[in-house]
Amino acid sequence: MSAKVLLCRCEDVTLAEVEHAIESGQRDIESLKRFTGFGTGWCQGKQCLISCARVLAARVGEFPLAPVTPRPPVHPMPLGMLASLGDAVSVDRLESVGAAGGDHGEGEGER
Amino acid sequence: MTAGRYRVVIIGAGIMGLSTAWHLAKRGITDVLVVDRGYLCGGASGRNGGGVRAQFSSESNIRLMRESIEICRTFAAEMKINVWFRQGGYLFLTRTKQRARMLEASAKLQRDCGLETRLLAPREVRDIVPEIDPTGVELASFNPGDGVVFPWPFVWGYAKAAKDLGVEIATFTEVEGFDTNNGRITGVRLVRTRHDAIVAEDRDERTTAAGPGPRVDASRARVIPEGERFVVECDTVLCCAGAWSPSIARMVGIELPNKPHRHEICSTEPLKPWLGPLVADLTDGLYFSQSMRGEIVGGIAVEPVPHGINQRSSAQFLATYARSLVRTVPSMSRVKVLRQWAGCYDLTPDGNPIVGHVDGCENLVMACGFMGHGFMMAPVMGRLLAEHVATDETSELFARWNLRRFREGKLLSESMIIG
Ligand SMILES: Cc1cc2nc3c(=O)[nH]c(=O)nc-3n(C[C@H](O)[C@H](O)[C@H](O)COP(=O)(O)OP(=O)(O)OC[C@H]3O[C@@H](n4cnc5c(N)ncnc54)[C@H](O)[C@@H]3O)c2cc1C
Repeated sequence: MSAKVLLCRCEDVTLAEVEHAIESGQRDIESLKRFTGFGTGWCQGKQCLISCARVLAARVGEFPLAPVTPRPPVHPMPLGMLASLGDAVSVDRLESVGAAGGDHGEGEGER
Repeated sequence: MTAGRYRVVIIGAGIMGLSTAWHLAKRGITDVLVVDRGYLCGGASGRNGGGVRAQFSSESNIRLMRESIEICRTFAAEMKINVWFRQGGYLFLTRTKQRARMLEASAKLQRDCGLETRLLAPREVRDIVPEIDPTGVELASFNPGDGVVFPWPFVWGYAKAAKDLGVEIATFTEVEGFDTNNGRITGVRLVRTRHDAIVAEDRDERTTAAGPGPRVDASRARVIPEGERFVVECDTVLCCAGAWSPSIARMVGIELPNKPHRHEICSTEPLKPWLGPLVADLTDGLYFSQSMRGEIVGGIAVEPVPHGINQRSSAQFLATYARSLVRTVPSMSRVKVLRQWAGCYDLTPDGNPIVGHVDGCENLVMACGFMGHGFMMAPVMGRLLAEHVATDETSELFARWNLRRFREGKLLSESMIIG
C-alpha cells in the first residue's frame, strides 16, 4: 500500500521509498531529502516537507527541530528577469535577500 | 561506535574520504572509521555540478581524469546504483586572445595524451549547440568523452559499498583535536554534533499516509546524546576534509596554504533534453549542463566572496549567472530558476592539490586542495590514496603534490580551472 502513496508529487517519491530510506539509516531530514530527492522539484518542498517530516518523526521518535535549509528563490524566477537585475543587486543587499530566502545562518553561515 | 582502535581514521565522509575507504576495504583493510561532522553530502560533494572531464592543461590531470571517466562508465554496474552518468562532452569557450592561445596549447597536449579534443571556430560551436550565440567567442574546444553525473548517488554508492565491506561511517561526529606523542597522532578526539535516536529493532507498527503511527517507545531506543565525547586510537589519520582541511591541520600545528572559497550554483525547472555537453566559459567562469532530470544546472565565478567557510546563497550570484547565461543562450531567458545553493571550493595557491604525508606529523596523510574539480578526481584518487596508505610508498605524483612544494618553491600549474 505504501508503494502507492505519493509523499512528494513533484519528484514521485512514495511513502515506501521514504520508509526504506529511514530503515537504511537516514535518520535526519537533510539526509532523508538527499537520499529520496523529496522537495527538490517544482514546489521545492512546500507540499511534501511536512508529510516526510511526520513519517520521520514517527520513526525516530522525535520531531526534526529544524526544517531543511530552504533554497532561494522562494518562487521560481525567469532567468531573463534575473539578468535584468544588473547592478541593482549589490553585495550588501544580498545578505538580507539571503535571509529572506530563509537562511538561518547557523554558526559561520554553514547550511 | 563509541571508542576503540582502527587501522585508519578518515576525516570527512565526502566523495574523497568514501572512495578511499572503499578502496582500502577492497584491499583488505576494513578496519577503517570514516567520521563526518555533518550528514552525507553536506560538504562540497553534495553541492557540486557533477562535471567530469579530461580537458585539463597538465598531463597528470588529463591522465588521471581519463581513468575517472572510465570508472564513471562502469560505476553503476559495479556499485548497483544509478549515478545518471551522461557523456555529452565538455564545450569550452574563450573570449580573449590570450585565453584562446592557452586553450590551443591544452588541446594539443590532450590529443597527445589520446583524447579526441578538437578546436572549434566560433561558428562551429553551433554545430554542437545550435542555441548558443557565438558573438564574442574567440575559440572553443570540445571533447566528446567528458560528461556529467548526479553527485548524490555517487556518494551513497561509495558509502554503501564501503559499509558492506566492513568500514564504519560515523556521521554527526566531529573531530575536535588529536592526542599526539613524539610527532605522531595516537588518538582522534571526537564529539557528537547531533542528538541521535536509534530506533529499536522491531518496527512492526507502520506509519500510514493518514497520519503518523504510534511514536517509538523512547525507553527502547538507544540514544547517543549530542555533545558526547570520546577518543579513538589509530595507526594512520587521513584528512579528506575538503575546504575544512586547514582547521584540521591546525590541530597539530600545521598551517596549510588552502583557502575556502564560496562557489554558488543553481538549477532550473526541468526541460526536454536539448543540451548535449557541459558548456564552460573560461573567461568569466560560467558553466551549465543539462542533468538527466532535465534541469539546467550551472554556476559562475562571483567576486568578492565572504571570508572563510560560507555556504549561503546570494542574489548577486543569480543576477551575474543569469546575465552571462542569457547572453550565451538567449532562449534561456524565459526558463525559471527553481533553486540555488552554495558550497566551498578548496583553493591552493598553484591550483594543484595537497596530497600525502606532512612533515611534522608522521602518521597524518592529507588529501585536499582539489579546487573546483575534486569530485571527478575522487574515483581515481581513492585508488591511489588507498595504495599509498596501505603500502606507505610515495609515487612520483604524490611527491610532486606534497605540501613541501610551497616551502621549497616548486609550484605547479593548471590553467583549465572553471570559476
Ligand atoms: C558549487 C560547486 C560546484 C562544483 N562543481 C564541480 C564539478 O562540476 N566537478 C567536480 O569534479 N568538482 C566540482 N566541485 C568541487 C567538488 O565538489 C569538491 O572538490 C569535492 O566534492 C571535494 O570532496 P571532498 O570529499 O574532498 O570534500 P567534501 O565533500 O567537502 O567533504 C569534506 C567533509 O569533511 C567534513 N568535515 C569538515 N571538518 C570536519 C571535522 N572537524 N570533523 C569531521 N568532519 C569534518 C565536512 O562535513 C565534509 O562533509 C564543485 C564544488 C562546488 C562547491
